[in-house]
Amino acid sequence: MSIILNASQINSILNNLAEQILSDVPKIEDLAIVGIRSRGEILGNRLCDLLSHKTDKDILCGTLDITMYRDDLNDPQGAAQPLVRTTEIDFDIDNKTIILADDVLFTGRSARAALDALIDLGRPKAIKLAVLVDRAGREFPIQADYAGYKTDVAPDQRVQVHFVESDGKDEVEVDVVE
Amino acid sequence: MVLKIKHNQFQWQHKHLLGLRELTREEITHILDTAKGFEQISARAVKKAPPLRGKMVVNLFFEDSTRTRNSFRLAANRLSADTIDFTQKNSSVSKGETLLDTAKNLEALGVDIVVIRHNAGGAPKLLSKNINACVVNAGDGCCEHPTQGLLDVYTIRQKLGTLEGLKIAIVGDIAHSRVARSDLWAMTKLGAEVTFVAPPTLLPPNVRDLPVKVSYNLDEVIEQMDVINMLRIQFERMGGNPFPSIREYSRYFGLTAERMQRAKPDIVVMHPGPINRGVEIESEVADGPNSVILQQVTNGLNVRMAVLFLVNQAAASQTA
Repeated sequence: MSIILNASQINSILNNLAEQILSDVPKIEDLAIVGIRSRGEILGNRLCDLLSHKTDKDILCGTLDITMYRDDLNDPQGAAQPLVRTTEIDFDIDNKTIILADDVLFTGRSARAALDALIDLGRPKAIKLAVLVDRAGREFPIQADYAGYKTDVAPDQRVQVHFVESDGKDEVEVDVVE
Repeated sequence: MVLKIKHNQFQWQHKHLLGLRELTREEITHILDTAKGFEQISARAVKKAPPLRGKMVVNLFFEDSTRTRNSFRLAANRLSADTIDFTQKNSSVSKGETLLDTAKNLEALGVDIVVIRHNAGGAPKLLSKNINACVVNAGDGCCEHPTQGLLDVYTIRQKLGTLEGLKIAIVGDIAHSRVARSDLWAMTKLGAEVTFVAPPTLLPPNVRDLPVKVSYNLDEVIEQMDVINMLRIQFERMGGNPFPSIREYSRYFGLTAERMQRAKPDIVVMHPGPINRGVEIESEVADGPNSVILQQVTNGLNVRMAVLFLVNQAAASQTA
């Protein structure tokens, strides 16, 4: 197990992500952040706080549960039974530029599920993907628009993001899956 | 802000939902939590999600039903499943085919989930032992109606936050009511105290063996109740005369506006439908501010989506 990002590195990465998003989005009123449960939600909330601090405006922020849209629901080899949780997006996503936030971009399957889930909620002007860690191992043609940290970890390694809100510390570590 | 991420270790194991009696508190809570996640589907632009895409759900109904059958069908459709309605009147069941033959034939068509209502208690269980598809009980005889029990506790939880410590009266035709039984199991497992209120002729013979209080007098207990569930008098199931007249029944056991004056001001009034207005409940009460009767219908859809989703998940993980 090794730590690839510590708290202060995460902090400056998030700051950079927020700056990039701000320079890309012409009208802040059209912007909305949507975090993918569970840790994408925390990333989304952090970005939201940073953006509203920088612009002195309220930023729309929501949470998306993608369980129903996963592609391994009927796959016996799939992950352990996922829990369906709530989607909390209490604004109209039509014509918004949505920043989809997730902690790690790996196979691209979560992002695919999130795109489908979002489109069932309305017709955004654009959807962009922001991730804290962009790791190797893509199985779908999906890339991040805003990647905080890129790393080429081996397929048998796992990138684990810890946030203060959920795990008591800000840290990203890599370990080997048995 | 502290945000807790729940690491959900809980695994739903049942590919059939036959009743609530055999479920644990944890399992019931898991269904209710899952149903919460399905609430938003009905509120958005595209009222459909894909988890049962390519699956086939059959409504196999040997008894009349409008709301349960439509609710299951809509729930299945909202999750993108294909549905077939199979009712007794227009099927070969009326030509003498047995339950198991009907089910085997449906299975040959590739059915994944069978939702069954039958006038014989235990029919869903019999079916579950003889076919590979998932079986969901939509009411069997006077035994159980598990999704009604689930939607009732879901509605109470939504309204009052928890069932722990609540006093709940279930009033009326207990003897013929599978709703009363499913309610009893769900409510007591979640920590409520249940009282059956009925004339002795409308109580089941084994009532003393059940974890329930019994009262023959609604006026004696109504003041203490947090929730009151008014059951329909099931005229179609009755033999003989369990009470002298409908008017007398509603005078003693009906929920009238006058009787509501003595209840807690925020009492939750429930009814599984269909209502016999003026018999077990007065219109003024059924349509009044304490009534959650229509929320029950809405929540039935959420709970049934959750049940269909979970049994299918259990079946998928058992084929591994």
